[in-house]
Amino acid sequence: MPIAVEMPKMTDTMEEGVLVQWNVEEGSEIAAGDIIAQVETDKATMDVEAYDDGVLLRRVAAEGDALPIGALIAVLGTKGENIEAFLSGYSGTWSAGAVPETEAAPESAPAGSSRRLKVSPLARRMAADHGLKLESMTGSGPDGRIIKHDIEAELSQPAPVAIPDSGRSYKPVRITQMRKAIARRLAQSKYSAPHFYLSVDVDMEQAVASRQRLNSRAEQTGGTKISFNDLVTKACAASLAQHPAVNSTYAVEHNEIRLYNHIDVGIAVAVEDGLVTPVVRSVDEKGLAEIAAETAALAKRARSRELKPEEMEGSTFTTSNLGMFGIEDFTAIINPPNACILAIGAIRDVPVIKDGQVVPGKRMKITLSCDHRVVDGATGARFVATLRGYLEEPLTLLM
Amino acid sequence: MAQLQLREAVRAALVEEMSRDADVFLMGEEVAEYNGAYKVSEGMRDRFGPNRVIDTPISESGFAGLGLGAAMNGLRPVIEFMTWNFAFVAIDQIINNAAKIRYMSGGQFSFPIVFRGPNGAAGQLAATHNTSVESIYSCFPGLKVISISNPDDAKGLLKSAIRDNDPVVFLESEFMYGMRGEVSEEEDYLIPIGKARIAREGDAVTIVGHNKSYWRAMEAAEMLEADGYYAEVIDPRTIRPFDWDAVVSSVRKTNRLVIVDESNPFASVSSEIAFQVQSRCFDYLDAPVRRITAKDTPAPYAKNLMTYYLPSAEDTYQACRDVLYLD
Repeated sequence: MPIAVEMPKMTDTMEEGVLVQWNVEEGSEIAAGDIIAQVETDKATMDVEAYDDGVLLRRVAAEGDALPIGALIAVLGTKGENIEAFLSGYSGTWSAGAVPETEAAPESAPAGSSRRLKVSPLARRMAADHGLKLESMTGSGPDGRIIKHDIEAELSQPAPVAIPDSGRSYKPVRITQMRKAIARRLAQSKYSAPHFYLSVDVDMEQAVASRQRLNSRAEQTGGTKISFNDLVTKACAASLAQHPAVNSTYAVEHNEIRLYNHIDVGIAVAVEDGLVTPVVRSVDEKGLAEIAAETAALAKRARSRELKPEEMEGSTFTTSNLGMFGIEDFTAIINPPNACILAIGAIRDVPVIKDGQVVPGKRMKITLSCDHRVVDGATGARFVATLRGYLEEPLTLLM
Repeated sequence: MAQLQLREAVRAALVEEMSRDADVFLMGEEVAEYNGAYKVSEGMRDRFGPNRVIDTPISESGFAGLGLGAAMNGLRPVIEFMTWNFAFVAIDQIINNAAKIRYMSGGQFSFPIVFRGPNGAAGQLAATHNTSVESIYSCFPGLKVISISNPDDAKGLLKSAIRDNDPVVFLESEFMYGMRGEVSEEEDYLIPIGKARIAREGDAVTIVGHNKSYWRAMEAAEMLEADGYYAEVIDPRTIRPFDWDAVVSSVRKTNRLVIVDESNPFASVSSEIAFQVQSRCFDYLDAPVRRITAKDTPAPYAKNLMTYYLPSAEDTYQACRDVLYLD
């Protein structure tokens, strides 16, 4: 009896995966637990394990195919087994272009239309009324039937802006799963969370001096070096503990606001073709050195694409730092389901007035983006004031 | 409004029509001396005398034919069958004479006659006494078929049936004779034949049910409401001519149809409704039409099997959830 191998759901937010590489050839013997393919998800490239022993009879999906969860990607069985009957009777989702030959369309049918599309009559009419292409849609009814609900969901999507064909050539780049995830999550955040922004210019003189002392000591003892970002992470944790509304989620589907008892800070890390946010856990319970070491390790593994999806999930607050590019200040888009994100600018050498004298000073702009559904202006401002206090007098972090 | 049992509402219609029109009479087994097997005609013999409330021998074919002859000659008989199961021996009179002679005589003879009595399941009475007959009589052009679910409709529709110049098959229910309900006291209360009743408005799914099945539909709608979905419940009241407009416009609104029908499933009223709706509402359906019917066997005797055999509110509710794709 042939066994279907289907696209697994590998992360909580995964909707489809790209089969980037086959690790086994057709006809080869495999055992349960063998890694048979690699799939790129919205978070990372991950291994597909076989759940059964057998011979890989057919690679149904081709490398590069983007497939929804549950799509048939391969068939296992015993050597020499005939799988045509199995394929023609297969009722799950087909990989694009992988229709069994026994079900080939009549000559007159347009190419690629031989898959029987199941659509409720109502959905078919609604699609025609709105000029929707059913072929590109996924049905949520039995056997993938496209139903009214699917059409309504499709219609509620903002209409894509028509891209004029200028006739000039361009280099097409495949949209990666990570890029799709960034697009989906940030668009969702901007559409659903009403953002407002609170900026403040922080005096970093003491922070600069303290960091210098800590790092010269670390150099002598071989300890971990601290970055300004680590200092901000630590100060954020201390401030969040005093302002729980900022460390929360607006969970309207459960009719509640979740004020988290833990502080897990996501840190935006630029990677080659995108952006990931590894999470430093329980920051309020950790010292600066520990935060620094953990952040550095996570960032390194992020850049080499080695992070596991669970290492990027569950943040309660996020920071994004573009200071290293010389950016003075910017506004960040909230990383859902967080309530706030902190944008950190560069530390600037600026003339400041102290006791009536113009003297050299260190300043850093930070901007808090707040989801107004859960954080109001005064709430956010009080958090920013606390955070500023910690950064301007880092010694108070010891209190 | 008066609170009446369904049997009292049927009686009220008979009494009113017999008082109004001397050509109307009631005939059947035990209707006079015994006051009716289900006490529908209680007191009527005393009131109208033995010439207008007439006991018959146990010979359904005979008194059905006698009624047709009377109707051909200008009277307006109401023929009571003790149950519709017993009318099978009179079926030639109903189908070959009542339904067809007006057509075959080129309109020279019509039959202003009502055949009435309880229809469908009536408890542990086994296979021969639990038949639902509406689909049988509905398939012969020339007959009107009415099936009522409550006292108010019983009164208003029976009065209309007695005044109608065509033969009417009027289906009541042993289980429902004792059911109380508000009945209009409006003088000459007539409900038009061929008009369905929207019993409950909703937008999620249409449920159609007549006679006892109407109550299963209403119970299912209640259960569905607890889930946050509002079913539209339609009691067709008249099976033939059927009020297609009511069901079609409802399904065009809800996009889903569940039918509850106590008949055996093959070629039943629910089959016809399903056919008509798919042909008239094809582009409006978001799910296949579902129906809940009696099982495809003769009615069992054992109580547990009888419960299993009949359509239930739970099954109807589940069918609604299925067509809403909720599970």
